[in-house]
Amino acid sequence: MMACLLEAPLRISVLSEVTATSRHYVDRLFDPDPQNVLQGVIDMKNAVIGNNKQKANLIVLGAVPRLLYLLQQSSSSLELRTECAVVLGSLAMGTENNIKSLVDCHIIPALLQGLLCSDLIFIEACLRCLRTVFISPVTPVQLLYTDPTVIPHLMSLLSRSRHTKEYITQIFAHCCKTPEHQTVLFNHSAIQNIAPLLISPSDKVRMQALKCFSVLAYENTQVSMTLVNVLVDGEQLSQVFVRMMQRDKPIEMQLTAAKCLTYMCRAGAIRTDDNCIILKTLPCLVRMCSKERLLEERVEGAETLAYLMEPDVELQRIASFTDHLVSMLADYFKYPSSVSAITDIKRLDHDLKHAHELRQAAFKLYASLGSNDEDIRKKITETENMMDRIVSGLSESSIKVRLAAVRCLHSLSRSVQQLRTSFHDHAVWKPLMKLLQNAPDEVLVMASSTLCNLLLEFSPSKEPILDSGVIELLCSLTQSDSPALRVNGIWALMNMAFQADQKVKVEIVRALGTEQLFRLLSDPDTNVLMKTLGLLRNLLSTRPHIDQIMSSHGKQIMQAVTLILEGEHSIEVKEQTLCILANIADGNTAKELIMTNDDMLQKIKYYMGHSNVKLQLAATFCISNLIWNEEDDSP
Amino acid sequence: MEPRQESVIPASGRDYRSSSQDSMSSVTQRWTVWNCAALLCQTSARILVWLLGLLYFSSLPLGIYLLIMQNTTMGVLMVSLVPVSLLIVMVWQAVGIDGRNQIAMSGPSSGCGFLMSVVVHGDLALSEQEKELNQRLRSLYPAVNEQETPLPRSWSPKDKFSYIGLSQNNLRVHYKGHGKTPKDAASVRATHPIPAACGVYYFEVKIISKGRDGYMGIGLSAQGVNMNRLPGWDKHSYGYHGDDGHSFCSSGTGQPYGPTFTTGDVIGCCVNLINNTCFYTKNGHSLGIAFTDLPSNLYPTVGLQTPGEVVDANFGQHPFVFDIEDYMREWRTKIQAQIDRFPIGEREGEWQAMIQKMVASYLVHHSYCATAEAFAKSTDQAVHEELASIKNRQKIQKLVLSGRMGEAIETTQQLYPSLLERNSDLLFMLKVRQFIEMVNGTDSEVRCLGGRSPKSQDSYPGSPRLFNSPVHKASSSQTYQTSTYYIHKIFFLPAWVKKHLTKMILQKSGLLHQKKNFYTEVEMEVDHFSNGVSESSSNGFLNGSSTHGIDLEELDSAQSKRQLCGGSQAAIERMIQFGRELQSMSEHLRRERGKNSANKKMLKDAFSLLAYSDPWNSPVGYQLDSIQREPVCSTLNSAILETHNLPKQPPLALAVGQAAQCLSLMARTGSGSCAFASVDDYLH
Repeated sequence: MMACLLEAPLRISVLSEVTATSRHYVDRLFDPDPQNVLQGVIDMKNAVIGNNKQKANLIVLGAVPRLLYLLQQSSSSLELRTECAVVLGSLAMGTENNIKSLVDCHIIPALLQGLLCSDLIFIEACLRCLRTVFISPVTPVQLLYTDPTVIPHLMSLLSRSRHTKEYITQIFAHCCKTPEHQTVLFNHSAIQNIAPLLISPSDKVRMQALKCFSVLAYENTQVSMTLVNVLVDGEQLSQVFVRMMQRDKPIEMQLTAAKCLTYMCRAGAIRTDDNCIILKTLPCLVRMCSKERLLEERVEGAETLAYLMEPDVELQRIASFTDHLVSMLADYFKYPSSVSAITDIKRLDHDLKHAHELRQAAFKLYASLGSNDEDIRKKITETENMMDRIVSGLSESSIKVRLAAVRCLHSLSRSVQQLRTSFHDHAVWKPLMKLLQNAPDEVLVMASSTLCNLLLEFSPSKEPILDSGVIELLCSLTQSDSPALRVNGIWALMNMAFQADQKVKVEIVRALGTEQLFRLLSDPDTNVLMKTLGLLRNLLSTRPHIDQIMSSHGKQIMQAVTLILEGEHSIEVKEQTLCILANIADGNTAKELIMTNDDMLQKIKYYMGHSNVKLQLAATFCISNLIWNEEDDSP
Repeated sequence: MEPRQESVIPASGRDYRSSSQDSMSSVTQRWTVWNCAALLCQTSARILVWLLGLLYFSSLPLGIYLLIMQNTTMGVLMVSLVPVSLLIVMVWQAVGIDGRNQIAMSGPSSGCGFLMSVVVHGDLALSEQEKELNQRLRSLYPAVNEQETPLPRSWSPKDKFSYIGLSQNNLRVHYKGHGKTPKDAASVRATHPIPAACGVYYFEVKIISKGRDGYMGIGLSAQGVNMNRLPGWDKHSYGYHGDDGHSFCSSGTGQPYGPTFTTGDVIGCCVNLINNTCFYTKNGHSLGIAFTDLPSNLYPTVGLQTPGEVVDANFGQHPFVFDIEDYMREWRTKIQAQIDRFPIGEREGEWQAMIQKMVASYLVHHSYCATAEAFAKSTDQAVHEELASIKNRQKIQKLVLSGRMGEAIETTQQLYPSLLERNSDLLFMLKVRQFIEMVNGTDSEVRCLGGRSPKSQDSYPGSPRLFNSPVHKASSSQTYQTSTYYIHKIFFLPAWVKKHLTKMILQKSGLLHQKKNFYTEVEMEVDHFSNGVSESSSNGFLNGSSTHGIDLEELDSAQSKRQLCGGSQAAIERMIQFGRELQSMSEHLRRERGKNSANKKMLKDAFSLLAYSDPWNSPVGYQLDSIQREPVCSTLNSAILETHNLPKQPPLALAVGQAAQCLSLMARTGSGSCAFASVDDYLH
């Protein structure tokens, strides 16, 4: 305590001293003699390099507006303007707060204006500063696109020098965040302008150009389709990317080139069975997941790989046996490791920061790997502690991890064998139900479709889930605004109703209510309609159930059936409806509802003569049920 | 150790590359000898074939005649010759290409023309494949010295279990046992173990047929491991099995490793000799590390267990499915980064001083006196040799390098009187070089006679590129004249040379074309080497006190009409006379000191130059290249330095030689990193 008290005044005096010298620098900017101003700026430049405190002081003391004024003043000498841009660039190198203050002082329009000057050195200084400002996460990217003349001008400056190439491509790579940005850059022929830079002798330029292509091609079919046809020095762009993935190239370059090819492949510009994907991109991305790589690289590698093979089972098969990928991913869950906690705090901090990212990336990749092939799913669930990890992932604080974990669970839940064994053993339904209570929509979609699988008739988890009051939850899902959630909700109910007890069926009808049922039958989404009809069909099975439900809701159901048969619907929907009718006809008392309905009998007759065989079959089935019942009844 | 270093240390600046020069000369030598042999063979073979043919076709009537004459044994023999030979031909054809070596033997005796052509064709295809194999192995494993540690090229017909059958140049393996129990398993090893100097070694096996059960194992095993087993089951044996996809690491029970493999799959096995691990590939996809802590000297091995199993090996005969070069690139970068980042620690000052000393001594050794002086001054060092002495050496070197051998010998005799008297082999070598320079028209004696201005003496090209400029074609009449002239004049040569030369001259018109093709290839290589060197050698000129301006125009004209001895009759006379002197000197030397094969070969090569109308474009023409002056120059320089009790070789060259030795020692002791740390890579 004493020491602190003693030290405090000392620190203040030091600070005031610093402020005094800083003030001196700012004062010199206002000197009437331009030569003195220039010298002042140069001295300021030397003073701020690598000194964050000094930078903050100068900003507080209002150096920025003055520097900007000097920079914009056409009466200032070119040298002075250049030095001003250099000092501003140096200030931007400091903390995020510095950047915020600079942006607040409207540094971006001023610098963009400066680019119109003809002097290359001045332009380079402005671009350098702009680059530093734009790569900061606090700068609003939109500022680059507000003036429509900026992008074409930057394109024209691109070829001026090695530095303009590097800075401009770096700005583009950081400022292309939305499909609109991609389109703007594409329309200003970014591809034709940047492609030659991929074979530039400078490593930095090549790297930035590559990054540009990766952000431009991301989920963009137009760009990707153009990219495959671009030739660089007589060589196809994909071959240039393949060369950049060679193992002796910097890791960042390999990874970014692999991303470019991945995006082009997902956009349909390159086939998934192309050698450059199967033999180059895929192994490269698997390498990026290895223990030797940095944590950031492993995260990006795994996410990109998951994205690449999501739709293609062959790629999933190859990846599953490449370089022990499945067991390699198990390492992603070992951060922060016990070793790092002991050795040093810095490493622990680093590990902690990336632990969530690593886990979610691994879950994503597992989800992608196991989405189609049963053998791979088996391999995944056999990985050490896999199910435990998923279960704990479902209740993690980070929403990204929860989402990824439920995706992984969903992918594995497609396996009948796993549903019967590991899913039941680890009681995955418990955290899943908890997750469904309150979660954002994207998590809900995944979780509810996983639930659909868990509610399948052969799943041993079905019983405990039913006991936990899932029906209410699912019924509330069917009232959601999101079509995906409605489908999942009704789908789960449908699965639940399949060969269920009378009690469950009654409970479903009660909880859902006929009103909601009708609303779902007139849903604009065909998927919802189909699953609702499926639910009805499952509800109306076995004779006693049919009679009971029809006796209480017969009128409404007949109404709904009529409505659908009269409406404009696809063959599948009508077929499903006729099947419901056939089920109704199977009931003892329920058949009366049809027999007494002349209109309905006419309709069945009409569908028996329908051109579509499926509908004919369903209608015939319906009639046969009606007739068979009568014979059975008569003594 | 000595001879290796010798090859490392020849002349100014060029030192470390001259080994390739050596290999070139040996190739050339073989070429000439081959020519003679081929010539001889051609004529004799033709006669032989005719004779055999005559015998063959007359055998039937002769046999019948003999039978009639009641000479039964000979008669039956003669009569049956034709059907038997035809039968043999048919059998061999059924066997297919595999038997082509045997066909080569049976071919001439059967005398069938078409068969001969088949044989030749087959051999061509074979050599084509061989060539591709050699080329690929050399580019994959440049650090391997195949004299010491040959690379595996096929399966060994000796080192296999009896249930294994080999075909297709010992590359195809098939199973021929019963295959009832695991006791019927059978393996085969490659001919040689994997040399450590590969760094990273790779081979592939294609499954042609999985046979009955597909119990195939691909892997590695040490010499002497039981061959009645699949690879992986025993100690020092490692394998990946196709039926279950498990890896077997010296144990009867496998570990889950990769996917299963079957007909049509290509399985690769990569041994990393740097960290002693191994991984497999399936259809070009790496399956990850299978084994660690592997011992050294493992052989590629395959094992089969059920009937019908057939696999083909690719040791480099064809391109690999897996991109092994890419994997090697990664390790090369790793090793090189390790070297670059080698920690020096606190001894950095020591290292610097040492390196400066070495550089200074190197400059002095090669008598770049101005540079040496400047370097010594700027780094605060003392030069251990008097300046005058350095300059003397420089003068002599310059004379040698510009091809003025006569003057060089004279100056040496003046400055170091006893040197050449004591060292007669050196003198002989200098004289031979002088003879070559006479042929070249650059030696001072010849120059004076040639009527060219003696003042513009320097014909050592500032840029060796000039030497490779398109060669002027001497008009044919002139060629004829000169060649007949030789025939008249070669009488002074010993009888064997005469015979050899006459034959060569007579045949040269036919062979010249081939040789030219061969030569352009070599010249390109030479160009490459000399470009790297020109800087250091021209350095020597710039440092000189006297200013020899290089008269390009004069040089050009010299190039454009490259004629024997500069084209002067008198010069040729003098050259011939000198040749006689040389011959007698050689005889004298032999009488005094016994035979010396190096000297003999040197003289033979030099005299062979006269056999060609255009010696520059002849198979022995490399001798005329200015690059060849450098070994001579360096030998002379070393000899002079030795008389002053100074080291024969500069410490820098010694260090380089030692580094190279270390690398080959590493290769011998089995540390694979030597593959990616070539000394040449660091000498740019």
